[in-house]
Amino acid sequence: MQKVSEKVIARARELMHDGTVSKVVGWKAGEFFYDCEPNVFETEESLKDLVYNRFCGANLSKYMIKNSIASGGEGAGKVLVLLKPCDTYSFNQLLTEHRIDRENVYILGVGCEGMCDIDRIRERGFKGITGVLEADSGNELVITTLYGEGKVNIDDVLLNKCDSCKGKAHKIYDELISDNEDEGPRGDRFEGVRELEAMSPEQRFAFWQAELSKCIRCNACRNACPACSCRKCVFDNNASGIASKANTDSFEEKMFHIIRAFHVAGRCTDCGECTRVCPQGIPLHLFNRKYIKDINDFYGEYAAGEEAGQRGPLISFTEQDIEPGHAVVKGGN
Amino acid sequence: MAVKIIPLNELEKLFAAVALTKKLYLPVEKAGQYDYAPWEPGTGYDPEVLHTVKSAKGVFFPQSEDLVRYKRDGFSLSIAQVAPEDEDFVVFGVHACDVAGFEVLDRVFLSDPVDTYYKARREHGTVVSVMCAKPEETCFCGTFGIDAEQPGGDVQSWISGDTLYMEALTQKGEALLDQLDGIIMDGNDAENRKAVNDAAEEHKEIMRKLPLADLTTDGFGKEADLLTLFGRPEWKELSSSCLGCGTCTYVCPTCQCYDIREYDTGHGISRFRVWDSCMYSDFTMMAHGSPRPDQLQRFRQRFMHKLKYYPDNYDGAFSCVGCGRCLQKCPISMNIVKVMKKLGGADND
Amino acid sequence: MTDTDALHAAGQCSGNCVPGAVKDMLVPQLGVVTAIRTDTPDVKTFRVESPDGSPLFDHMPGQCAMLTLPGSGEAMFSITSSPTKTGCKEFSIKRCGQLTDALHAIEPGQQIGIRGPYGKPFPVDTEFKGKKLLFIAGGIGLAPLHSVIEYVRAHRDDYGHVDILYGSRSAADLVDLGTIENEWMKERDMSVYLTIDRPQEGWDGHVGFVPSYLKELAFKPDCTAIICGPPIMIKFVLQALIEMGFDKTQVYTTLELKMKCGIGKCGRCNIGSKFVCKDGPVFRCDEIDELPGEY
Repeated sequence: MQKVSEKVIARARELMHDGTVSKVVGWKAGEFFYDCEPNVFETEESLKDLVYNRFCGANLSKYMIKNSIASGGEGAGKVLVLLKPCDTYSFNQLLTEHRIDRENVYILGVGCEGMCDIDRIRERGFKGITGVLEADSGNELVITTLYGEGKVNIDDVLLNKCDSCKGKAHKIYDELISDNEDEGPRGDRFEGVRELEAMSPEQRFAFWQAELSKCIRCNACRNACPACSCRKCVFDNNASGIASKANTDSFEEKMFHIIRAFHVAGRCTDCGECTRVCPQGIPLHLFNRKYIKDINDFYGEYAAGEEAGQRGPLISFTEQDIEPGHAVVKGGN
Repeated sequence: MAVKIIPLNELEKLFAAVALTKKLYLPVEKAGQYDYAPWEPGTGYDPEVLHTVKSAKGVFFPQSEDLVRYKRDGFSLSIAQVAPEDEDFVVFGVHACDVAGFEVLDRVFLSDPVDTYYKARREHGTVVSVMCAKPEETCFCGTFGIDAEQPGGDVQSWISGDTLYMEALTQKGEALLDQLDGIIMDGNDAENRKAVNDAAEEHKEIMRKLPLADLTTDGFGKEADLLTLFGRPEWKELSSSCLGCGTCTYVCPTCQCYDIREYDTGHGISRFRVWDSCMYSDFTMMAHGSPRPDQLQRFRQRFMHKLKYYPDNYDGAFSCVGCGRCLQKCPISMNIVKVMKKLGGADND
Repeated sequence: MTDTDALHAAGQCSGNCVPGAVKDMLVPQLGVVTAIRTDTPDVKTFRVESPDGSPLFDHMPGQCAMLTLPGSGEAMFSITSSPTKTGCKEFSIKRCGQLTDALHAIEPGQQIGIRGPYGKPFPVDTEFKGKKLLFIAGGIGLAPLHSVIEYVRAHRDDYGHVDILYGSRSAADLVDLGTIENEWMKERDMSVYLTIDRPQEGWDGHVGFVPSYLKELAFKPDCTAIICGPPIMIKFVLQALIEMGFDKTQVYTTLELKMKCGIGKCGRCNIGSKFVCKDGPVFRCDEIDELPGEY
């Protein structure tokens, strides 16, 4: 990761220096080693804080809605964005939806070996974490804390989305810096969905009841989601009659998440940001994966964001399409 | 004041005894996350848990609460105030930062004109604080002068070894400990006092080693120049990736802004108060537009409120207690520490 | 009427409420709209009284109140009537959103919720006393000034000469033209200047925007100016007044931001450390200079 990281940072500086781009959307070094934040770098000087490491999980695609449109105009220069392989699916989907001005963007595809989740490290009992080192073996992290030191397997503390990585191939880029061979997807991403499908309706309801009742309606999932790019969300629209900032009845938070999942169905690239950002650790990706699995089952394999300009099965009709009646039967109860 | 003790493995008895007459709130695990919730037999208490996701403020200032019920029948309208809290309750396990958070809310809600809903809960609630077990690297309560070893509240307590040591600080606290007579034991001897002192000293040592131990409020507060701080160009970059979600606000022990909304129950209109976030675009939206149209202004509002506006209005006190929740929960890892380091005094560099 | 009904009628509590519980500031009292006057195509003036005829509350010119029509929301409105008009409160309200749409649809006799008064009034009994006054209003901005003007009329000897400059988009948009023509124009030592933005048939008065008419009229800076109107008008009027030699300490205005609580706690109507609902809405223009430009 170190080698790629150095190359990425050097290349970003070069592109800014030679005027290819006027801004860089990347990750900025934080207060600690793990709290890298998405940032818009506007000067060469500011790029001293650009980082690319194991804790750059945030998907930067959605920032390009604002930053690609805003940069338009004569001589404004392009905006460089750093995209990991999975992030490129979101970028493509946003292109499909005409939400990004491709002309204004320079995509530097960056190789990724999996991003770590500080919460998962904490869950393993580490408190007061002050440092991390990638062990020489390459598959362990050495964690130093105020209370001592310990090791974790990187595979055990990857972000949820990396557990079932889509593969190391970038689906769109202008330039690529990557050492990774694409070995295809990792793990079975529908395993969690199958477990839910195997439950009785009562068990399933209880599962979601426990998870979703933790929701604090902070909208982090929606605001981070690249598929949620409506200018005005129905849940923010006072005239819609369903705008609300807290649950007015015991079903409301479920309604919020179910409606959101339906609205992104067929467009969700399974980028995993919803689950990554949820402060309550709700496995929101399970909703989206259920729909992705159903779409695959009903219409054949489909990956939103695989390429720009795709016509998704939910917005195109063919005579072979499944009949609603069959869908109900196949979809189970 | 007298020290009372109880072995940690008998806490269940203590909780049961409290719950006999009062509702008891404490950090409860639900699907992997802790939040304050009513105690039930078997709920347990994990002293190692540093933070609930949401702070303890919801006990006194719930995320959502009904204020008024209306009934409209043609031309006539009836207005009924929903009764404020009238039953005693106990909150157990609050750490020093969250206790200080109550004081931040008190200045707002208990100043004239008093918020009767908040006041009723404050009066009926007894706060049992516990010195936190293992502070995290994200903790910085010391920056705001909070003494983590004297967590405060009505009863403050410490854990050392397998014992909980309790000390009443107020009449309400004494009444609670009196009620628990027979469950908790008298422990007011030199040995126990030493155990408490040792635990506190050990804790102090950790606090000194925290990475944010040297963070100061220099450059903020009453003395800072409002317009200079407001006009700093760094707000743009600081806010550049803010998602405009409400996570920081909703996990914060001191955020106190609220919205008043209504809901048609089918049997009338219920008007309720609900936590709001200045990070939301509709916070200041009026029919003709908003004075804070971009995330930059909304982001700046939140931090100016905590570090400048609140101190201006409440005698220099800050509206942050350094609990570090926003450091752990912000989806893009932006937080008040980064703001303070960027805009604050030279010491913070 | 039972005791509970009586409490209800008094806007206090019933149902779940503990008898005798302290009424919270956020709970409105019951009001009844006794008269509705259509002023312009999008402005109506509502007269609100308490159902039993007792006074709702005391207020001073410039203060506001929260009106609510349950089901449609609650919002802050300036009280248009003067405290000298006892027995009722009047509100001139422009149709521009969810609640105001609903209010424009009600009929006299409708009961509504009302709470107040909120905010700091104009200093009518202190700084304004003995001074010449210049009122400058645009459109619905006349509403808060109306209260001051009527108060001054009721205490005519306490103030010097009064000039009123009022403009709006068209003649039809001049709020309460009847009172202006029949009373204000006839009041002693009071001059009224009207203007509309664009010429129209049947209008032989002045045509042009308020700030430019103000400059034409060339008032001497020996009076206290009180402005209210759209933000852009306030901005240019203030600029014009400074050019005319006024000092900002001689100029007052009243601001409006989104409000929910009215008591400085819900946190949204602040400009810097000041809350418009509590520290305003009336500000002297030199005070505004010390605030960030977020209004």
